[in-house]
Amino acid sequence: MEATLNSIVAAAAPLIIAALGETITEKSGIINLSLEGSLRLSAMTAFVIAFWVGHALVGFAAAALVGAAIAAIIAYSSISLKLNQIAVGFVLTLLAVDLASFLGDSFVGERGPRVPALPIPFLSDIPFVGKVLFDHNLVVYASFVAIGATWWFFYHTRPGLIIQGIGERPEAAFARGINVNKLRFWYTVLGGAMVGIAGASYSLDVKLGWRETLTLNLGWIALALVIFGGWHPLRVALGAYLFGALQVLAFQLQDVFPGVSQILPVAPFPLMILALVVVHSAWFKRLGTRYPKLRNILGSEAPAALGTVFERE
Amino acid sequence: MALEIRDIYKHFGPVRANDGISFTVQEGSLHGILGENGAGKSTLMKILSGFYGADSGAVILNGEVLELGSPADAIDAGIGMLHQDPLVFLPLTVLDNFALGSPGPIPLDRSEILEELNRVSSGLGFEFDPSRLAGSLTIGERQQLAITRLMWLGAKVLIFDEPTTGISATQRLQLFATLRKLAENGLIVLFVSHKLEEVEDLCDSVTIIRQGRVVFEAEMPVPPETLVEKMFGKVFVEQGHDAVPLGDALLRLSGTVLTEGTTHIKDLNMDVAAGEVIGLAGLEGSGQRALLRACSGLLEPKAGVLSIDGKDMSKASYRDHLAAGVHYLPAGRLEEGLVHGISITEHFVLTSEDKSFFIDWKAAEKEAESEIGDYSIKGDPGSHAEGLSGGNQQRLLLAMIPDAVKLLLLEHPTRGLDVESAAYVWTRLLDRRLEGTSIVFASADLDELLRYSDRIVVFFGGEVFAVRNASDIDGEELGYLIGGKQRV
Repeated sequence: MEATLNSIVAAAAPLIIAALGETITEKSGIINLSLEGSLRLSAMTAFVIAFWVGHALVGFAAAALVGAAIAAIIAYSSISLKLNQIAVGFVLTLLAVDLASFLGDSFVGERGPRVPALPIPFLSDIPFVGKVLFDHNLVVYASFVAIGATWWFFYHTRPGLIIQGIGERPEAAFARGINVNKLRFWYTVLGGAMVGIAGASYSLDVKLGWRETLTLNLGWIALALVIFGGWHPLRVALGAYLFGALQVLAFQLQDVFPGVSQILPVAPFPLMILALVVVHSAWFKRLGTRYPKLRNILGSEAPAALGTVFERE
Repeated sequence: MALEIRDIYKHFGPVRANDGISFTVQEGSLHGILGENGAGKSTLMKILSGFYGADSGAVILNGEVLELGSPADAIDAGIGMLHQDPLVFLPLTVLDNFALGSPGPIPLDRSEILEELNRVSSGLGFEFDPSRLAGSLTIGERQQLAITRLMWLGAKVLIFDEPTTGISATQRLQLFATLRKLAENGLIVLFVSHKLEEVEDLCDSVTIIRQGRVVFEAEMPVPPETLVEKMFGKVFVEQGHDAVPLGDALLRLSGTVLTEGTTHIKDLNMDVAAGEVIGLAGLEGSGQRALLRACSGLLEPKAGVLSIDGKDMSKASYRDHLAAGVHYLPAGRLEEGLVHGISITEHFVLTSEDKSFFIDWKAAEKEAESEIGDYSIKGDPGSHAEGLSGGNQQRLLLAMIPDAVKLLLLEHPTRGLDVESAAYVWTRLLDRRLEGTSIVFASADLDELLRYSDRIVVFFGGEVFAVRNASDIDGEELGYLIGGKQRV
């Protein structure tokens, strides 16, 4: 049990970082649809750079740059060129996926550096909880910090209110003297960098080495998690843990039910759709009206201006 | 302290929106800016609030020339603008709306901001529940929230752009009292409007803008004829309301029960005769909209009778209502009435009776041209609906009403229109009575209700509170009734 929970926490960590990055981007009103591609290209880059330099940390930095660069293209083309964010994001996905396969081809099967395990002294000795939460590497601890920090940022800081404002009603934010497009650009880049870090976590941590299918479909899952999470960091993280649990469960049950082993690995995907149906149901929405204190975390509405261009008339 | 606007020029392509505007407003003054739609007043206000840069000219506050490159600059200089649709963030709470964008340290101390909100709002006589969502506030309450916020940020000049659009009569009275108080406290208040009576009621002085220029400046009071003449450049005669002989009962409601959202109407009883004009008065959400939607077949009554022309229509669909000669013009012209991105010609094709598969574009364009001429729409057959001004959108909607209509249901038929367009709309509507068409319309404009209705039905809290002949009551009494009070 401890070991299972421990692997769920570990499996969810990169997904949390990617999905929270996308949450930040979308809260500001921009959709970075390129997650599937960003994740894969940054995973490949992280592995190759770390392999050359011999340091995992350098790999993370390179991956963050890749993620940020793709995000910057999306931000620039949607803010300055006013192109359709969905179209640009989709094309970049295809491009990045193929680029990762092409450039990373000769590195498949190589052994590179990886992030060392780092049990936190004393905390990891706490029975049960210590093993589940504090016997991990830095990526997992970073995911914990990201959850708390994003939540605090959105709901307890002035810039956090502003990011909600520019994603909700940019013209109103502009009328209040806020530079909407500049902020949107930088929040998109920040979100992209986080996606890059998540990509690096896969090739430098979760599994050893680079292969093409390493992050297969996880970018799409991260996008779905943002919707499942109703753009609320805590619920997004909860979704990531649920998905991680499904993944780990499917993996462990493969031995128990060998006959259904073909189906189990894809089980998380339809279950994800089911979860989305639940959070968008009228019943779930009523919960929000019944408990006003939990309104933020129970909400399922997208930022009203998501995916739209803001022009100063 | 005085606000001086000196020689402001601003053009958009070939259109000279502001063609050398200069005037000065003194401290403590409630100053009206009048002008018909498209006169250039909105452009000027957007320059003042930093949305646009002027081509040339200067804005001088308290002897200091202001650099207004963005709304942030205007806010810093103490110029605050209240937009027609108050710019609040609907899913955020009142408190967060108040705090958003305010200067201060990164961590948000909500208890401190709550104190500020209470301090400033009680000074203005407003009361807020800080944890309510802004989306659940009425337009009037959103305005109050925006005013509170601007005052907190130290506004010295407050610009109100058509602030009475979409608010109830009581909220209007409250707003006017607030504006007077703000001016008494030494602020400069600019009140932008195309409604004469509001400027007459409220303002100390007035500037009239026509075609981008200042054509008139005066201290109030000024005779309304003068204001109208300066606004439109010609004297405008208001059309009276002459009665037409009424026919048999066309619409009959008896014991009708309606439920829509939070509006509940219990036991509605009402007859509308052929050729009669019924005005529906009441605060927003008192039941007028539900009644119109029920009569048009968009809302099914929970119980009771709803018959049109002697036929029970309570279970009939919207299509059946159309076939029975019912036509509904909703308030959201672009949202519910017209289609974004298609031309005037295409609108007429969409609504035409012609069921053939291919479109005869030549004929369609010809028809559009004749309708454009007929209804004096400012636009050509290729103009897109969203490119037309509010008045012209309404004219287009009128033009699209089929010829043989028995019952016309209108929601705020002249909201946001200037006096001339509004009068035009009503002339065309009243013409239809001669063919026996009944008109039922909802409005928040007391003058409109009194001028054009035969009978006025006042809703209050989901009930018909009073029914009066329009000729028997005046604006004051109607205002009382709308507020749920019988005049003593």
